[in-house]
Amino acid sequence: MTGLYIFTIISVLISFLMDRKKTILAFKVALKKFVAILPSFLKMLIYISFILMISDQLIIKYLGQENSILGLVSSLILGSITIMPGFIAYPLAGILVEKGISYMVVAGFVTSLMMVGVITYPVEKEYLGVKGTLMRNGMSFIISIIVALIIGISYGEVF
Amino acid sequence: MNKKTKISYIFIILFFIFSVSAFLVHFDFGVKIWNNFMMFAIEMIKIIPPAFVLIGLFDVWVKRETIEKNFGKSSGMIKYLWAILLAATTVGGTFMAFPILNALYHKGAHYSSLIAYVTMASLVRIPMTVIESSTLGIKFTLIRMGVSIPVVIIFSMFLGSYLEKSDYKLPDLK
Repeated sequence: MTGLYIFTIISVLISFLMDRKKTILAFKVALKKFVAILPSFLKMLIYISFILMISDQLIIKYLGQENSILGLVSSLILGSITIMPGFIAYPLAGILVEKGISYMVVAGFVTSLMMVGVITYPVEKEYLGVKGTLMRNGMSFIISIIVALIIGISYGEVF
Repeated sequence: MNKKTKISYIFIILFFIFSVSAFLVHFDFGVKIWNNFMMFAIEMIKIIPPAFVLIGLFDVWVKRETIEKNFGKSSGMIKYLWAILLAATTVGGTFMAFPILNALYHKGAHYSSLIAYVTMASLVRIPMTVIESSTLGIKFTLIRMGVSIPVVIIFSMFLGSYLEKSDYKLPDLK
C-alpha cells in the first residue's frame, strides 16, 4: 500500500514537471471516472456486507458433504456468490483442508471465489456491459470446474 | 443525474438509515453488516485515490499507439504476457481491474486481452499467491496457476473474437 502511494506521488511529480496542464487534466479525468462509478461501487459494497453474513460454519457444512460431487457443486455456487478478501479466504481454505475436505472442493471454492463475481455485477456491468459480464462470468465458472477437476485428479481424489 | 443514478443513491441512503437504526436499537445483525461494510469501505478508501490518479495519468500520457501495439488486435501473444504482468501487480484485485480495463479499452486494447486481464486480476496477484501457497501448499498453487492461466487465455481468445465479430461495444462510461 505504501509502495502504491510512493509510486503515485512520484508519478504525479514527474508529470507535473513535464506538463502542468496535462497533470491537472489527469486529476479531472480521475475525478470524473470516480464519480461515474461511485454509486455502483457503493451498491456493490452494500451487497458484499450482506453476503459476508454467510458464516464459515455454513460454508464448512456445505463443502464437507459426504458426496463429493455435491460438495464440489456447493463449493462452486458458494464461491461464485460470495466474495471475501484473501486474508479471510485463505485461512478459511486452510481450515477446510484440516477438516478433511478434499483439495478438489477447496480448489472449486477458491477459484470461483476469485474469478466468478455475482456480487460485483453492479460494477462489472458498467464497464463490460450486461452481455460481456454474463459471458465472462459464465466462462470463469466453467474454468473453475476445470481447475477443480484437475486439482482433484492431481491429488488422487477422483478416478 | 439520471434516473438510474438517483435510484442507486436512494438505495444507498436507505442502507445508511438501516445501519443507524440498527445501532440505535442494538440490532446485532444490522451492526455486523455495517462492520462488514466498513471493513471493505476502508480498504477501498485507501486504494481508490492513488489508483484513480494513476488511471488519470495513464489516460493523458499514454499514447493510443502504444496500447494498440501491446494490447491491440494485431499484437499477437504479447498482449497476454502484458495481461498476466498487469494482473499480477494490480493492487486491489478485481475491483481496481475494472476501471483499468475501461482506461485500456478507450486506448484501443482488444477484448480478448481485456477479458484475460480482468479474469486473471485476482487469480495471479502476487501477495495473494504467497498467502495461498503457505496455507494450501506450493503444489496446490502451482497446479492452480499452471492450469488456470493457459485456460483463461484460450477462453478469452474465443470470447474476445466472438464479441468482436458480433460488433459488441462496451458501455461508454467516461
